[in-house]
Amino acid sequence: MDERILLAHGSGSKLSHDLIDQILVPPINNTILSRMDDSAVFELSGKLAFTTDSYVVNPIFFPGGNIGKLAVCGTVNDLSMNGARPLYMSLALIIEEGFELEDLRRVIESVRETADEAGVQIVTGDTKVVNHGKADRLFINTAGIGLVSEGVDISGSNAKPGDKIILSGGIGEHGIAVMSQREGLQFNVPISSDCAPLNGLVSDMLKASRNIHSLRDPTRGGLASTLNEFARQSGVGISIEEDKIPVHDGVRGACELLGLDPLYIANEGKLVAAVAPVDADKVLAVMRQNKYAPQAAIVGEVTAAHKGRVVMKTMIGSSRIVDMPTGEILPRIC
Amino acid sequence: MRFIDEFRDAGLTQRLSSKISRISKKPARLMEFCGGHTVAIMRNGIRQLLPPTIEMLSGPGCPVCVTANQDIDRAVALAGIPNVTITTFGDMLKVPGSYSSLQKARAEGGDIRIVYSTQDALQIARDNPSRSIAFIGIGFESTAPTIAASVIQAEKEGIKNYCVLCHLKMTPPAMKALLDLGEIKLNGIICPGHVTAIIGTHPYEPYARDYGIACVVAGFEPVDILQAVEMLVEQIETANPRVEIAYTRGVKPEGNVRALELMSSVFDVTGAAWRGVGTIPASGFKLKDKYARFDADKVFKIETPPSREAPGCLCGEVLRGVVKPPECKLFKKMCAPENPIGPCMVSSEGTCAAYYQYGDFNG
Repeated sequence: MDERILLAHGSGSKLSHDLIDQILVPPINNTILSRMDDSAVFELSGKLAFTTDSYVVNPIFFPGGNIGKLAVCGTVNDLSMNGARPLYMSLALIIEEGFELEDLRRVIESVRETADEAGVQIVTGDTKVVNHGKADRLFINTAGIGLVSEGVDISGSNAKPGDKIILSGGIGEHGIAVMSQREGLQFNVPISSDCAPLNGLVSDMLKASRNIHSLRDPTRGGLASTLNEFARQSGVGISIEEDKIPVHDGVRGACELLGLDPLYIANEGKLVAAVAPVDADKVLAVMRQNKYAPQAAIVGEVTAAHKGRVVMKTMIGSSRIVDMPTGEILPRIC
Repeated sequence: MRFIDEFRDAGLTQRLSSKISRISKKPARLMEFCGGHTVAIMRNGIRQLLPPTIEMLSGPGCPVCVTANQDIDRAVALAGIPNVTITTFGDMLKVPGSYSSLQKARAEGGDIRIVYSTQDALQIARDNPSRSIAFIGIGFESTAPTIAASVIQAEKEGIKNYCVLCHLKMTPPAMKALLDLGEIKLNGIICPGHVTAIIGTHPYEPYARDYGIACVVAGFEPVDILQAVEMLVEQIETANPRVEIAYTRGVKPEGNVRALELMSSVFDVTGAAWRGVGTIPASGFKLKDKYARFDADKVFKIETPPSREAPGCLCGEVLRGVVKPPECKLFKKMCAPENPIGPCMVSSEGTCAAYYQYGDFNG
């Protein structure tokens, strides 16, 4: 087989089948996928959660992960944030002509590894190849289905005044890790993406408490966006304290250098929870036992005051509004 | 983190805040000139730590904001010339000119790339010898040395496809122009940290001596700014205006002699158009004639239609400190960061954007 992806790999020809049979399917195969029918057929009963997301990260390999790991984590985490147990996923690849086959193997290997860790099966997929220049190396779309247990009702609309806001760890690591690799912006930070499947963490939290009202992974737009979404969806205010929010020194340094605010930088392996005060310490304790949340902390609380707005007590004791980010987040110029 | 945390220390800021409240008796109107200070003040909620005697105004210190529409129009027109690649700092991309913005020009097919330094622009020039790479040179004396260095390096390496559209501006003449307009009565100026690190404190002497205005150069952390306010209040209360440095770890009285030499070897001083103020004589930099082949204005024939201002936009008044953003009828209504009418809402250092983003939280 050629060492690069050709247009013919997406044409439905023998080359397409070779790609699917030799490269794509073997690492992720299972009894549902191996039937190789037009759709995956399986049985499920109960309350279902269903989600989809597309991945266009640039560069596709970054410290701490790659687009394959990200594509599985993203969908696993989206399901988990509604309290669903992720079960099945689809995987669709849009590949630019000329993409190195070895890189594709590495991406699929990461998909396998991450899906195995999360305990999800890839049960259906698709591959398209587009002309050189019509995509940026590799785009991925995944969709996922999960089961929501009886009695679990988690939503961004459910935060209640008095709830404690728990953050699972340091913010901004994914965004800074990816940005540090961008063309024209190469700088050395000892920061890896936090990209991780969080279904295990959520499962631990749900075992500890049924009073988890809201959960969300603060991806694009960062912690600031997620808290603003909670405030607006639930019609509540949120107060946070700057000095309680964990930020790795490398993230802080990079943000200082680039004129960015860690509150607005993307995460791919963190979650924010609004938890009834009575259970907050219990939930925090189990989170800290999980390998993805040893730095979990209560960073604030839900208030009846200043509805729809997030207010932060700054390090120096003043208060300021933390608004939604607007537009592209670009470094300052002087 | 060293050199950061000690300047955000809660105990120290509270002590400074208490001291300012104790010593401030006369009403004092202070202006921070620099956009970086505006953002730091808003982001850290520093106004809440000041007594009611002190009023803070924001000045024309955001380089994107003070760029006149006609100059933005020229950048957009340059982007439309075949075979030209525009390199620019990101903040410039969204700023609306009279009819379009670089962002729109890019969507229409212009080759416009965000860079983080002139070195990146030079690298693009080396990598693309068949294209002309134009750098949009905006900023103040803090940015000018890096642009001067890029021109000298391009000459040294024989890079023939690099040029600068030069709209660099000088800080002290703009301060003087604001004071001479007489629209605002200032008691003190928080002088810019980075600019002063280059030009030194000498250019501010006339403001203290001739205009009786207290001048203190400040850094960008909460402790830096509060310390500068404390020093300003002390000068105002004792009626002893002078130029002082609160930002001693960054600024020497003589400035950066090497950077100044570099600038004067590449640039001549010229009149420059400032949004809200108009053309201020001897307030900008242009490339010397011997570097004409790196001057986008000389290399290309840039033609623009007559410039125009957005109706109702008070960016000019905001930049002069005459109105505060919430007094503009468009603020938060028609004009927001996602749909900016004027540049002060676009730039990360714009006064309107800082007010929009961080608000003035009153409980």
